[in-house]
Amino acid sequence: MRRSLRKLAMGLFFVGPWVIGFLGFTLYPMVMSAYYSLTNYNLVNPPKYIGWNNYIRLLQMDPQFKTAIGNTMYMVLFGLPIWLFVALVMAVLLNEKGKLTTFFRTLFYLPSVVPTVAASVLWMWVLNPQYGIVNTLLKSLGFSGPGWFTDPKWSKPGLILMGAWATGGTMIIFLAGLQNVPEALYESAELDGAGWWRKLVHITLPILTPTIFFNLIMGMISTFQYFTQAFVISRGAGSNVPPGGPLGSTLFYAIYLYQNAFSYLRMGYAAAMAWLLFIVILVSTLLLFRSSGKWVHYDT
Amino acid sequence: MTLNTLSSNRWRSKRRQEIVRVVLVTLLRVALGFMVAVPFFWLVTTSLKPENQLFRVPVVWIPQPIMWSNYVRAVQYIPFFTYLKNTLTIAVPATVFTTVSSSFVAYGFSRIQWPGRDAVFMVLISTMMLPYQVTMVPLFVVFKNLGWIDTYRPLVVPTLFGGAFYIFLIRQFLMSLPMDLQDAARIDGCSELRIYAQIMLPLTKPALATTALLTFIGYWNEFLMPLIYINTNDKFPLALGLQQFQRQYGAEWALLMAASTLMTIPIIILFFATQKTFIRGIALTGIKG
Repeated sequence: MRRSLRKLAMGLFFVGPWVIGFLGFTLYPMVMSAYYSLTNYNLVNPPKYIGWNNYIRLLQMDPQFKTAIGNTMYMVLFGLPIWLFVALVMAVLLNEKGKLTTFFRTLFYLPSVVPTVAASVLWMWVLNPQYGIVNTLLKSLGFSGPGWFTDPKWSKPGLILMGAWATGGTMIIFLAGLQNVPEALYESAELDGAGWWRKLVHITLPILTPTIFFNLIMGMISTFQYFTQAFVISRGAGSNVPPGGPLGSTLFYAIYLYQNAFSYLRMGYAAAMAWLLFIVILVSTLLLFRSSGKWVHYDT
Repeated sequence: MTLNTLSSNRWRSKRRQEIVRVVLVTLLRVALGFMVAVPFFWLVTTSLKPENQLFRVPVVWIPQPIMWSNYVRAVQYIPFFTYLKNTLTIAVPATVFTTVSSSFVAYGFSRIQWPGRDAVFMVLISTMMLPYQVTMVPLFVVFKNLGWIDTYRPLVVPTLFGGAFYIFLIRQFLMSLPMDLQDAARIDGCSELRIYAQIMLPLTKPALATTALLTFIGYWNEFLMPLIYINTNDKFPLALGLQQFQRQYGAEWALLMAASTLMTIPIIILFFATQKTFIRGIALTGIKG
């Protein structure tokens, strides 16, 4: 008894810093943000309780909120699958030994170490409609390139393209997963006469499903919070332009939330948005976990 | 047909398949590699162009003359060194604090068996799913009331309490070390603190290196937190300074590209210098899946 009490004391001694941090920087703010979400609060006057009004207004009366949800879902439903697919293709192409492989691995990985703000500034220039290199190359092939970040129809595809360029981190995780495939499985498949395509579809991909699942979950959580790239690029359009343009086409959830909090000082409204975001992330994650029984293979 | 020719046919078709595969893989690699390399080329070539070659049609591929002076101008225009100093003022303490505190906490989650440990650990894991936005507003209110707005404290002080992800990472590493190590030390009457500092800490060096590296890069790139907390231009870190410069001088592409290059180079050097730690860190983030 005495010994286990001492162990508890020792354990808490070591874990203590995190517990204090958790109480101060996570639990207390969570409680407060739940409370703020039920209030009208502009930082100047004390919060005023207004019940569920923030949520009602968000869900029923705010067209920008709808825009933000539409844009964010676009990225989750189109951007994320494309990014995962590109990362997976890169990983499969690089899952071999050899000097050239090392070179290509480094090359494919390099964009993801470029700081996000620097990469965003770079891509504004890469996708400049008149003088950017992409449209220049398209023109030399006889196509006239789109307006990218100046055109509401092409701004999100532009962001997706940029994300595909910087997907090296996901690629490395796929590569680590590919390394888990036992060589013996390939050898016995070869004895049965399977070519590389059949090996890829019937051996590699099934064994990789836990990694795909992991990347899908992590990617989904971060895509719901997509912020910096769109913020930098849309604000870069001019010195007094609010983020989210052109024409609201890059007004993502996290950007609209940020604006509510720090541009309009609608703290309660922003807190309500944050809780809705959290709930959506939780529910989507749960649904993915539920579906995982059907397509994720563990322990092969 | 004899058995012999049958198997040699099969062997030949397999060989052909293998050749097709290698050719296809190589073509795809080169094509993708080209697409990855183009923006890098554009970054560097633009950063070295004289102003009058930026907007020229047809495009100037290789600047003539090569304007190294763009870098000098960019550094002065942007106050690059002020921003660099600010970034380091945030990133260095944040890295040290996160690494030390996370390893300390990780010890408590792995090498001491205390009642309730696993439940508390589950709480830690679940905090990683919490979007930053949920705590963003109340934290801002707290730091505002403390008078910490426009200081680095809101960015640095929380790192004293360990980062959930890094605690997790170091804990996984500590769990893989044999328990006898500390049992022997305990019998010898070593205090828990000494076991942590003198036995475990040196053994966890790889995990600590990964933590330090990822934290440092994280703070080098961090944009949202300084955007919220730092208002004065002189106090901006690089990421925020570059964005502000972009807003004001949007057409100065040569200088912007030079500044972006300067902000990227240290991380690329870091990447090449610590490649093993680097890749392991990225791969480790996937292992928990």
